[in-house]
Amino acid sequence: MNAIYLAPFGMIDDEILSTLEVCLWQVYGFDVRQMPPVMDPAAALDKKNNQYNSALILKEMLKNVPRDAEKVLGITNVDLFIPMLSFVFGHAQLNGRVAVISLARLHQNFYHLSENRQLFLHRVMKEAVHEIGHTFGLTHCPDMACAMSLSNAIQFVDKKTGELCSNCSILFEESTTHSRRTNGMEMQQ
Amino acid sequence: MKKLWNIMVVDDEEVMRESLAAWLREDGYSVDTAESGKEAIEKTKLKEYAIYFIDLKMPGGHDGIETMMEIRKIQPEASIIIVTAYATVDTAITAMKEGAQEYIVKPCNPEEISLLVSRIIKIKNLQRENSILRKKLTKQYSFCDIISKNPKMMEIFGLIKEVASLRSTVMIQGESGTGKELIARAIHFSGDRASKPFVGVSCAALTESLLESELFGHEKGSFTGATGQKKGKFEIAEGGTIFLDEIGDISPKLQLNLLRILQERNFYRVGGTEQINVDVRVIAATNRNLEDAVREGRFRDDLFYRLNVINIHLPSLRDRREDIPLLVHNFIEQIGPELGRDVNDISEGALKVLLNHNWPGNVRELENAVERAIVTCKTKVLTEDDFTFIVSHTIEKKQWNIPAELTLEQIENQAITATLHRTHGNIKEASSILGVDRSTLYDRIKKYNLPRN
Repeated sequence: MNAIYLAPFGMIDDEILSTLEVCLWQVYGFDVRQMPPVMDPAAALDKKNNQYNSALILKEMLKNVPRDAEKVLGITNVDLFIPMLSFVFGHAQLNGRVAVISLARLHQNFYHLSENRQLFLHRVMKEAVHEIGHTFGLTHCPDMACAMSLSNAIQFVDKKTGELCSNCSILFEESTTHSRRTNGMEMQQ
Repeated sequence: MKKLWNIMVVDDEEVMRESLAAWLREDGYSVDTAESGKEAIEKTKLKEYAIYFIDLKMPGGHDGIETMMEIRKIQPEASIIIVTAYATVDTAITAMKEGAQEYIVKPCNPEEISLLVSRIIKIKNLQRENSILRKKLTKQYSFCDIISKNPKMMEIFGLIKEVASLRSTVMIQGESGTGKELIARAIHFSGDRASKPFVGVSCAALTESLLESELFGHEKGSFTGATGQKKGKFEIAEGGTIFLDEIGDISPKLQLNLLRILQERNFYRVGGTEQINVDVRVIAATNRNLEDAVREGRFRDDLFYRLNVINIHLPSLRDRREDIPLLVHNFIEQIGPELGRDVNDISEGALKVLLNHNWPGNVRELENAVERAIVTCKTKVLTEDDFTFIVSHTIEKKQWNIPAELTLEQIENQAITATLHRTHGNIKEASSILGVDRSTLYDRIKKYNLPRN
């Protein structure tokens, strides 16, 4: 069975990786494996703002997708942006294979508040579930409690849970059934 | 719901274009991209987009503003957001002047774009809903192209349905422009004669001899210029309906001929000897008081009674003012596209002007007024400024003489009573016409102990 791979950029805390292993397995039912850490891609750095272009990171990630990977989730400490937007918490290929989340803006101290480890880990899980959801074709959900609801500011991340609502769960099931069926047909051919 | 709205991202830089498109797709929108203004214009011709994000600076012929102007010609309803990395006051002013809905500087805060898109989509959803509801409402209040929610008109619609399949003659009375021919057509097309001809004749437009030939036809050589045999309108209408408009204007001789055809169901062509039998339903109309004409001996009473088997009296537009908003919206929907003008609504202020006007020319005058306003209108919404040509007239009409002995309270009492009567007790409409809020109107009704209707 294919697995979801965690691809750490630079030094990512073990606690974060093991939390993600459990949570992604619980939500999506795929085995979760880790890839060895790699450096943040220098080509994606925008020196002017000291941010990394997430679209270019995804492009780099696509060059190194394990054969048995259902999806690959990049995890980085650096702040991400896409050219049109001043920042993003994460970025994914809709219906694709790769996604990336940034931990930079999930820390309380980014907002000049005292650090709260528990809150931080919750935010990391929510963003991971959210971006992986996009790779399964899920779009933003109007249910504010659903992990797929849009978060364009930290308060919206805190409002949602790390789980999919019933509608998004059904859509996820449909998407995986469809992809298994398509893969099966390809195998037969 | 989001999938209903297409978005187009136009930018020559691939990474810009694709990243914004991907971000919008994650939000559930259906997004297309174009790498040049030319490509965007070509795609616009094939598909409708609700929102365009257009980069201001693009090489190759069309920059952002030029692209926007071309797109607006094809899809005037589209919302255009101009995107730039280098904001200057001048470019912002130019963009907004040329019709951009928003002007944003990249990179933007994600919350800003999200709110902007959802705000535009919300407005578009409301506009779509509004147009659907308006169409439903018009449908609900329309009967064979006649639109009304006035109780008297509703009774007439009921009567039309009842008499449509009968052969009895109908007399339609009403001021000029109230839609007498529309009623006649409604009777014809709702009945079992619908598949047969409906022939209309304006009796006032022709001299006696011409009208006689027009109605009954003539034989070759029956008068100078009658070079061949000609069928009259009665023959043409065989099996169907003949509509004789302005019947009050016909000469005594023709009154007699008509009486004969109504009694005998046959006639002779002018100069003819052959009796022609016809099965034609006669619907007559007049804007005159035919009863007075009968009393004064100008119209045959026997013909009047023959014609007046079923009588329909159409109310004037000032007696069915509640129909004005419905009619105006319907005219805007019809006339706007016919004239190629992008007008889709009317302001509250302009409606108030129309509601206060007396409309001596009735619905026809209202239609002409709306058409004139659409022709001269500079925006998508008709405003009071577009109806200045009737404002002066309205004010003139308002200079009525108040009897000297009335107190202010008595005048107020009379004004409220008349308005309530005119609006059939509709408090909301009456308060709008009187320019007071509903609670004030309720207070006055209680104070003067007025009946609601």
